[in-house]
Amino acid sequence: MRNMQATQLLFELSKPGRRANRLPDSEVPQPDMQELYPTATLRQKPAGLPELSEGDVIRHFTNLSTLNMSVDTHFYPLGSCTMKYNPKRNERLASLPGIVDLHPLQPDATAQGMLELLYNVQGYFAEISGLPGVSLQPAAGAQGELTALMAAAAYFRDLGSQRTQVLVPDSAHGTNPASATMVGFQTKTIRSREDGSVDMDHLRASVDDSTAVFMITNPSTLGLFENQIQEIADLVHDAGGLIYLDGANMNAILGITRPGDFGADMMHYNPHKTFSGPHGGGGPGAGPICVRDFLEPYLPTPRVERVDSAEGVHYRLGYDHPKSIGRVRSFVGNIGVLVRAYCYIRACGGQGLKEVSENAVLNANYLLTQLAPLLPVPKGSRCMHEFVASASKLKKEKGVTAMDLAKRLLDFGFHAPTVYFPLTVQEAVMIEPTETESKETLDAFVEAIREILSEDAETLHDAPKTTRISRPDEVQAARKPVMKWTVSP
Amino acid sequence: MAYLFNTEDDTREMLAAIGAASIEELFSSIPQELRLQRDLKIPAAMSELELTRHVRELAGKNVGAEGSVCFLGGGAYDHFIPAAVDYLAVRGEFYTSYTPYQPEVSQGNLQVMFEYETLICQLTGMDVSNASLYDGATSMVEAVLLAMATQPKRRRVIVPDNVHPEYREVLQTYLQWTDYELVSLACPEGSLPVSELEDLLDDQTGCVILSQPNFFGLVEDHTAAAAAAKRAGAVVIAVADMISLGILKSPGDWGADIVVAEGQALGNPLQFGGPYLGIMACRDSFVRRMPGRIAGQTEDRNGSRCWVLTLQTREQHIRRDKATSNICTNQGLFALRAAIYLSLQGPDGLRETAEHCAWKSQYLMNKLCLQSRFEPRFPSGSAWREFVIRDRQDDVAGLLSRAASQGMLAGLPLSRWYPEYSDCFLVAVTEKRTRAELDALVDVLTHAPSAELSHA
Repeated sequence: MRNMQATQLLFELSKPGRRANRLPDSEVPQPDMQELYPTATLRQKPAGLPELSEGDVIRHFTNLSTLNMSVDTHFYPLGSCTMKYNPKRNERLASLPGIVDLHPLQPDATAQGMLELLYNVQGYFAEISGLPGVSLQPAAGAQGELTALMAAAAYFRDLGSQRTQVLVPDSAHGTNPASATMVGFQTKTIRSREDGSVDMDHLRASVDDSTAVFMITNPSTLGLFENQIQEIADLVHDAGGLIYLDGANMNAILGITRPGDFGADMMHYNPHKTFSGPHGGGGPGAGPICVRDFLEPYLPTPRVERVDSAEGVHYRLGYDHPKSIGRVRSFVGNIGVLVRAYCYIRACGGQGLKEVSENAVLNANYLLTQLAPLLPVPKGSRCMHEFVASASKLKKEKGVTAMDLAKRLLDFGFHAPTVYFPLTVQEAVMIEPTETESKETLDAFVEAIREILSEDAETLHDAPKTTRISRPDEVQAARKPVMKWTVSP
Repeated sequence: MAYLFNTEDDTREMLAAIGAASIEELFSSIPQELRLQRDLKIPAAMSELELTRHVRELAGKNVGAEGSVCFLGGGAYDHFIPAAVDYLAVRGEFYTSYTPYQPEVSQGNLQVMFEYETLICQLTGMDVSNASLYDGATSMVEAVLLAMATQPKRRRVIVPDNVHPEYREVLQTYLQWTDYELVSLACPEGSLPVSELEDLLDDQTGCVILSQPNFFGLVEDHTAAAAAAKRAGAVVIAVADMISLGILKSPGDWGADIVVAEGQALGNPLQFGGPYLGIMACRDSFVRRMPGRIAGQTEDRNGSRCWVLTLQTREQHIRRDKATSNICTNQGLFALRAAIYLSLQGPDGLRETAEHCAWKSQYLMNKLCLQSRFEPRFPSGSAWREFVIRDRQDDVAGLLSRAASQGMLAGLPLSRWYPEYSDCFLVAVTEKRTRAELDALVDVLTHAPSAELSHA
């Protein structure tokens, strides 16, 4: 029942003379463009866009959408990505007139409701993190890291301190070292021990007066709480360095423990993970950051501020922060994502947020318990919100890899877990069920894995069989890149 | 709680299967002394109905573009968004999916990325587009970092001051941690002074940024400036406007090597500044260092045409501290919206939209400047969609607040970014504005408040 015709490329569907959008009469004089602009600046022939009717466009994109798995249609246990349910009320509320149609440069007096919302969400972020200074500006988690590292660098510059090194555990997200490089730091990788915790001997040997920041993901990418965190924080702080928390895994600890209370000086949130923003096929996200008071002067501007005066309360975008590192993007921030986060936090309430984490951790532990006899989980019998299984034994015994397993799961109607990350586990299969899945779904997933493991290796190498395509040739794609459509010769 | 699944029975059964006495036990790896010993100070949960009332109330304290007549621009524009864009983009299969790590179940997103990349190349005249970055400003920064990485012996970046001031601020923020030197070029007439640019160019110049149209709305012939930059061995970065490309020459045709743009105008709502769409495209020679995701075409094992993420060895998850950028996500949803928007527009629709912006902005500028109080700040330039008006009475704040009280967001004061233009404001006119609204704005800015003024 696939419509193969409508999913041809837009350019192949194009037919001269078709069109969708039309404008009304302009009602004003219509001089020729040649009269208004220098000829050398004008297009000589029409832009090479496809010509389609509105019906063409609807059918094309609707059919394309059906080629995706998504949270709305499938269990999506992609580790480290927190693919939780995206509440529909958030979409409606973020699309209200007065929210979705605000211009970023309109006068503060005409956006008091929005600024109040943003001011309050800053407060919630500060409360959940235990870190009082908040910037809503960063556009994504990776930019949040970068922004916080810039704030740290500015702080050290102010102190006249020459600190050049950022320490990153080997299990960290790739964005950590990449962000450090962009702020001019050198990165040093700190080893993990067998159980996934930081190798304290290696850390002790590596921390000195050149250490600027230790970046840690806690709970870690293995889904484990680093219970040496206080010792780590003391060690780094005693040497004059700062602790950065990669907040990718905040879904495990809302209302249970706070980064500011376990030693972090700076962190980012991924509201599209923790606070239910839709992932949109790969973005947009947002990357608000929270910092300790002594780092607050360095945050980007503008900041959302509340002013209490004799005339009452009003909110503003504040630019008067002379020590600020400056802007890291245009305008205020990824407001659409932050409005959804606000709606989510208000719908959950403080108690509800704690229940989110409790259920995320309950679901993950239940799944771990059910899966571990089938697929070994090398680093521990308990976890936080996610865990990392390994297909290493399977590969040795049957020649079946983590990738084969992932591909076969697609045939069973499940999105695959994250595979081959973190790099510290061989044949890693990283599973994060989230709190918005039922026991029935988790049981069905376990049954699917059980069945897959009983299949012969060949079936798995051939998977997936039920999807429109199977095992695309990525080597060819990289060797002879074709990155746009061109008229066939 | 609203979004949870587990019943009390589920919880009991699951804990039994785990072998834990309580949920609390699952958190035992977190030392007690690190626990939050109180409830979060966040108000109690709201039902959907309460939340809806609450957010509506907040929204009611704002004046949006729909509840006013919006002449604000400066990098974010009130263009019309066809219903089909909203209708398609909220489909859960697009909206609630993620990065296409499993291409077999992401062909919809991957094909859209490939189509988006093609559309961007068609408009910009470039060989390759990535699948988008955060916004126009960060795209410009990434373009500079890309250009400089290909010119390892050169250290200078030339930026005219008619490039969007916030983009220049962001560039400053990023470059302060490098040994690159940011050289600003003053543009007192609004347009780029080409001979001053030529004087600045030297063998240390790694790249030059040229904006078309520039921040003041002026359309400029950059052919000579781009050629001069190239003669000096510098990379030419264009900051383009995607709607204007319905009528204006592709930057690739006037000499740009890398093109960046803010894609908000392509079917994306204003939403107070973000998320937006960072567009970036380049010539083939830059692609191996280009930041961001790229979708490429290939075949599957049965020979079917399909799409995958490609050239990933550039990226942070593989290269870590040696990556070309720390960028991880793209703005998939807004790239999708841009692709839908451009499909609906086609060449004629985009051209007509650009023409309407030209005609209506010219009409308003001319009509305003018939008034003795106003004059165009840059009379020699050719403005498109946006123009700078000087108030001879030097009361921009008063004018704009009077207009606001009449339901008109009349323009942006330039004083925040250009103290020398404190008597000027920037007015933007999209295809959405009617003649009646343009006439009404002239009326409001010229006369005392008039009671019978109304707007749609």
